[in-house]
Amino acid sequence: MTRKRRRLHVALLGLLSLGTATALVLTAFEDNLVFFVSPTKIAEEGLEPDRYVRIGGLVEEGSVQQLEGNRVLFRVTDLAHAIPVTYDGILPDLFREGQGVVAQGSIGADGEIFVAREVLARHDENYMPAEVAEALQASGQWRPESGQPPPR
Amino acid sequence: MSRAATTASESRSLHRFANPARFLRAADAVYPWALAGLVVSLGIGLFLALFASPPDYQQGDTVRIMYVHVPSAWMALFVYASMAAGSASYLIWRHPLGVITAKAAAPVGAAFTFLALATGSLWGKPMWGTWWVWDARLTSVLILFFLYLGYIALMNAFENAERGQKAASLLCLVGVINLPIIKFSVDWWNTLHQPASVSRIGTPAIHESMLWPLGLMALAFTLYFIVVLILRTKSEMLNARLRALGVADLGGR
Repeated sequence: MTRKRRRLHVALLGLLSLGTATALVLTAFEDNLVFFVSPTKIAEEGLEPDRYVRIGGLVEEGSVQQLEGNRVLFRVTDLAHAIPVTYDGILPDLFREGQGVVAQGSIGADGEIFVAREVLARHDENYMPAEVAEALQASGQWRPESGQPPPR
Repeated sequence: MSRAATTASESRSLHRFANPARFLRAADAVYPWALAGLVVSLGIGLFLALFASPPDYQQGDTVRIMYVHVPSAWMALFVYASMAAGSASYLIWRHPLGVITAKAAAPVGAAFTFLALATGSLWGKPMWGTWWVWDARLTSVLILFFLYLGYIALMNAFENAERGQKAASLLCLVGVINLPIIKFSVDWWNTLHQPASVSRIGTPAIHESMLWPLGLMALAFTLYFIVVLILRTKSEMLNARLRALGVADLGGR
C-alpha cells in the first residue's frame, strides 16, 4: 500500500512541477504566442518600417474605400486606437465593416499606412439565424458595429 | 502473471470499478442502450444539423460544419482526459483495466482530433481565408494529435508489452498539460480562432435553434465513443488473455 501511496505522490508532484514549468515557459514566450497585436499596442510601442507583424481588431465602420484595381483601404481599430491598412488582393467572405480582421504585413515607407500582404477574417463566437440578428438590430438592442456582443 | 493477483486484491472503494469482470458486466448492460441512443441521437442530430436548423446570419450554410467540428473537438479533449485517468490508475495502482481502456480509446481519440483539424481547415478556408495558421489554438490541437500518435506508437514499440504500456501511459500523463492549454488558448492569447461559444461563463452565444442540433450531435459522438470503447476493450482483453495463455498474437495488435 505504501508503494502505491508513493507512486501517487510522485505522480502528483511530477504533474505539479511539469505544470509550473509549462506555465513559466508559456509566460516567457507570451509575445511569440499571440497571433496578432492590437492597434493600441502598436500606438504605444511603435513599429519599425521593415518589421513583419500581424495586427488584429475590427474593421472600422465606414472606413472601407475601394482604390484602383483590387486595392482597398480600411482602418483596423480596437475601439481605442486605429491603424490605416491597404491591401491589394481578394478579401475573405467574412470581411466586412464591424467584423474582426487580422492583417499581416509591415508599415509602409511613409510610416503611417500599414501595407498588408495577407488579410484574414476573424469571426466572433456568436451564432444565430438571420431573422434573430435582424430583429435584434431593428429593435435597437444590438449594434454589431459597436463590437459588443448581442444581448441575451 | 501477477495480473490476476493484482486485480483480485482490489475490491474496495472506487477501485472496484477497475475489476475487469465487473467492467464486462457493466459494459454488457450499457452496450445495447448506448447503441440505441447513438442511432437515435445521430439520426435526429444529423437531420436537424444538415436540414432543419437555420443558416447563420454571418456564415450562411457554412455554419453546418460546426455540428461536426465542435463535437469532434470536444471528444478529442474528453477522450484524452479519460485515457489520462486510465493511465494514472495503471501507473499508480497498477490497474490493468486502466491501460487496456486507454489503449482501446487512443485510435478513436486520434480520429476525433483528426476530424476536428480537417473540418476546421475546411471551415477556415471560406470564413477566415486560410486553411491553416499557427495560432495557439490550432497549434495546440495539432500537438494533441501528435500525442495520440506518439501514444499509439510507444504502446507498440516494445517486444515486452508491459514496457510499452508503462512508457505510453507516462507519455499520456505528461500530455495532460496540453488540455488546459487547448481549452484556454483562445482566452490567454490573441488567436485567429474565436473564443468558446458554449462552455463559457453566462449563457451560450449560440441561438437555441442551433444549440439543440449541436447538443444532439455531441451526445451522438459521446455514445459512439462509448460503443466503440466497449467493443475495443473487450477484444483487447481477449487478446491479453491469449497472450497470457502463450498463444501467439493472432489478431495483430
